[in-house]
Amino acid sequence: MRLISLIETITSLLLILLAILAVSSKKMITSIIYLSFLSMLAVLSFAIMKAPDVAVTEAVIGSGLVTAVFLFTLLSMKKAGDE
Amino acid sequence: MKRIAVIILLGVLGFFIFSGIYSNEAFTEFGNVDLNNRVSNKFITKSVTDENDIVEFGKSSNLETGSANYVTSIVVNYRSFDTLGEVTVLFISSLGVALLLGTLGGKLTHKYRANFILRVGAKTIFPLIALTGIYIFIHGHLTPGGGFPGGSMIASAVLLLYLADENFRAKMSSFKLAESFAGSLYVLIGIFGLLTSGYFLNNFMNTGVIGDLFSAGIIPIVYVLVGLKVGSELTGIITDFLKVEVDE
Repeated sequence: MRLISLIETITSLLLILLAILAVSSKKMITSIIYLSFLSMLAVLSFAIMKAPDVAVTEAVIGSGLVTAVFLFTLLSMKKAGDE
Repeated sequence: MKRIAVIILLGVLGFFIFSGIYSNEAFTEFGNVDLNNRVSNKFITKSVTDENDIVEFGKSSNLETGSANYVTSIVVNYRSFDTLGEVTVLFISSLGVALLLGTLGGKLTHKYRANFILRVGAKTIFPLIALTGIYIFIHGHLTPGGGFPGGSMIASAVLLLYLADENFRAKMSSFKLAESFAGSLYVLIGIFGLLTSGYFLNNFMNTGVIGDLFSAGIIPIVYVLVGLKVGSELTGIITDFLKVEVDE
C-alpha cells in the first residue's frame, strides 16, 4: 500500500515536470518526445487509479497515434528559408 | 514577466480546484456516500427499469444489460446514443482531414532509411497487433477496452507498416467500405430497436448469462461495428497525414 502511494506521488510529480519540459523545450522534436513520455506516465497513473479502460485508450492514442501524427506533421513542415 | 504571471495564474487556479475537491462541500467524504440514492447503484445492479438486487458473475441471466464490464454497459447500452454521437464526431473530423489533405498529390518521404530490424519486425508484429485490437473489441463487454481502443490499435498496426516502408500505402477503398457499412449498420440496429420495442438503440436481443462471450445482446455487435469504424477512420486520417503538397 505504501509502495503504491509512493509510485503515485513520483508519477504525478514527473507528469508536471514533463509537461513543463514539453512546453518550454526549444526544439519541436524534443517537445513531441516529452509529450509521448507524458502519455506513457499518464497510462501508469490511470492504471493505479483503477481505470483500465482509460489506460488502454491512452496507451494507444496518446503515446501511439498522436505522436505519429505530430511526427508526420513535423516531417512535412519546411523550415523558413528551405528551398 | 509573462512567465511569472502564468505561474501565479496557474497557482491560483490550482488552489481553487484543490480546495474545491477537498472541502467536502461539493463531494461527500470517501466512504460516506449513501449509494442507495445514487443512479450509479442502479447501473451496477442493472435495475434501471427492472427490479434486480444482486448480479452474480456466471450465474445471473437475462438482465436488462448482460455486460460484465460496467463501463461498457453504460457506454453501449444505457448511453448508446452518446456513443453514436462520439462516432459521428470522429467521422466528421476524419472528413475534415480528408477535405484538407486528401487532394494533395505528393508523398511524404522519410528523412531516414528504415533499418533491417524495423522492416522485418514491423511485418512480424503487424498481425499480432491487429489481432490484439480485434480481441479487445470482441471482448469489450467482458474485459477493459472496447471499440475505441481496439479500433485505434488496428490503426497503429497500419502506422507501424508506414514507418517501416515509405512506399507502402494501405488500400483505402476497402477501409472506406468497412467504415460506411459499420456506421449504417449501427444506425439500422438502433432503428430496429425503435421499431420492435419502442426505444432507439434498445437492447432487443436475449442478454444471456453474464460473463459469457456470447452474451449481452446487441453490445458485442455494436462494439465490433464501432471498432471497425474507428479503425478505418483513424487509418484514413494517418494515410491523409502522409500526403504533402507537390512543388510546382
